[in-house]
Amino acid sequence: MSEKNKYEAGFGSHALKNPQRIVFTTKKTSAKVQDVAEPKVMAYPHLLMREAIVFQVIVAMLVVVSLLWDAPLEQLANPLLTPNPAKAPWYFLGLQELLHYFPPLVAGVIIPTLVVLALIVIPYFNVNINGAPLWAAKRIGALQGFVAVLVALVVVLGIYDAWTVLVPTALIGGLAVYSYFFEPEVGGWKGYLRGRPVSWWVMTWFIAVSIVLTLVGTFFRGPGWSWVWPWRPYGA
Amino acid sequence: MATLPALIERVRQTQAWKSVFRRGPARSNRTRSLAVFGNLFLHYLPVKVRERALRVRATYYLGSISLILFLVLSITGIFLMFYYHPAVPQAYRDIKDLQFVVSNGVFLRNAHRLAAHLMVLLVFAHMFHVFYRGGYKPPHEFNWVVGVILLLVTLFLSYTGYLLPWDQLAFWAITVGTNIISSMPVVGGRVRFLLLGGNLVGENALLRFYVLHCVILPLVAVWFIAVHFWRIQKDGGLTVKDTDERKE
Repeated sequence: MSEKNKYEAGFGSHALKNPQRIVFTTKKTSAKVQDVAEPKVMAYPHLLMREAIVFQVIVAMLVVVSLLWDAPLEQLANPLLTPNPAKAPWYFLGLQELLHYFPPLVAGVIIPTLVVLALIVIPYFNVNINGAPLWAAKRIGALQGFVAVLVALVVVLGIYDAWTVLVPTALIGGLAVYSYFFEPEVGGWKGYLRGRPVSWWVMTWFIAVSIVLTLVGTFFRGPGWSWVWPWRPYGA
Repeated sequence: MATLPALIERVRQTQAWKSVFRRGPARSNRTRSLAVFGNLFLHYLPVKVRERALRVRATYYLGSISLILFLVLSITGIFLMFYYHPAVPQAYRDIKDLQFVVSNGVFLRNAHRLAAHLMVLLVFAHMFHVFYRGGYKPPHEFNWVVGVILLLVTLFLSYTGYLLPWDQLAFWAITVGTNIISSMPVVGGRVRFLLLGGNLVGENALLRFYVLHCVILPLVAVWFIAVHFWRIQKDGGLTVKDTDERKE
């Protein structure tokens, strides 16, 4: 931009005063698209045929399973007869398991709100966009900080006796710490873990905790939210 | 007697056919393009897609399957609405009728319930898969947010439907769930009252959940699904990674 601009920018709409106009376009377009030359095929029929096949397979499977597996129906709702345990739908049993350990405000309101907010802001943080490996800089200070947070988390979970959260947290956290000591040239699963960014570790931790909590809440909790084994029916 | 292809060709030449499908048979890329952007439902798709985006591992069709399940749920749900009154205790009797009186009523209810649980599962799977592929990265960041909203709508749709059979399972699951809302500071009790139309899960709650489940939430879902699909194309198509090998 060192060259002197021969034109002056200005506003004017008087056609007689300013008979000469210049139109210029900027590089920005409404759609933020950078097209890369690479092999393409027509959406019709290549994409549509695939979607149609998926549709047929899914519907056929739904029909078969629906013929064989009946939806449960219990007695008429009775507000005076509380089942023990009373369980929410399976996708909320992770929350219900958390409620067993933590005060309702924490487990029922704060944690779910934080999870939703965390999901929403994922694409707005550069650390998630760049995706540099967690230990790329190999700074011992970063490792110490990570271990400190992990230990604090484990201690808090231990104080609340939240074992079903503590175990997956310690496993994933321990694995992240372990990956710090992998050699740079290492291949296989160690090489894979070594290249994972911090967002990968956090999401994997979240998924591991969610799965453990949901499975425990669904299959391993009986009367009074006590621990039961799924192969030993209670109340029978 | 004409052969089948010749017959189809004759039908295609009729005035009636041409009034519906203005383009000719999709034998050239021009008419194939017209087939996509000349159609209200298909114009959400790009005319051309990258070969790499068509590979199974690019999507595992998780988003497509979620939409398919939503369609199945809409259709089975409309049929179920023909047999259902959102009233206490008639709702429970209607479900009993579906089980023992209505032709294929059991099948209808099984399909709706199965598709509902699968949809929750598939929407979660879709989100995690998109995350691990880095599909949330710019320019897709807003579509990721729309996806999170759709996840919440899906959960709420499933949850409101859970009460409708009005059996013990439904009643106590909703009681447990809505009790959590009361622990919200300041407004918890009021939000719960608003949702249930009372202090207890009763006939007002059933009616409110019914309206949410059958009218409000499906409309919200359709609206956000439309934005979600439209933005895929506006943001430059599906995410493809440099490591995705090209199909030869």
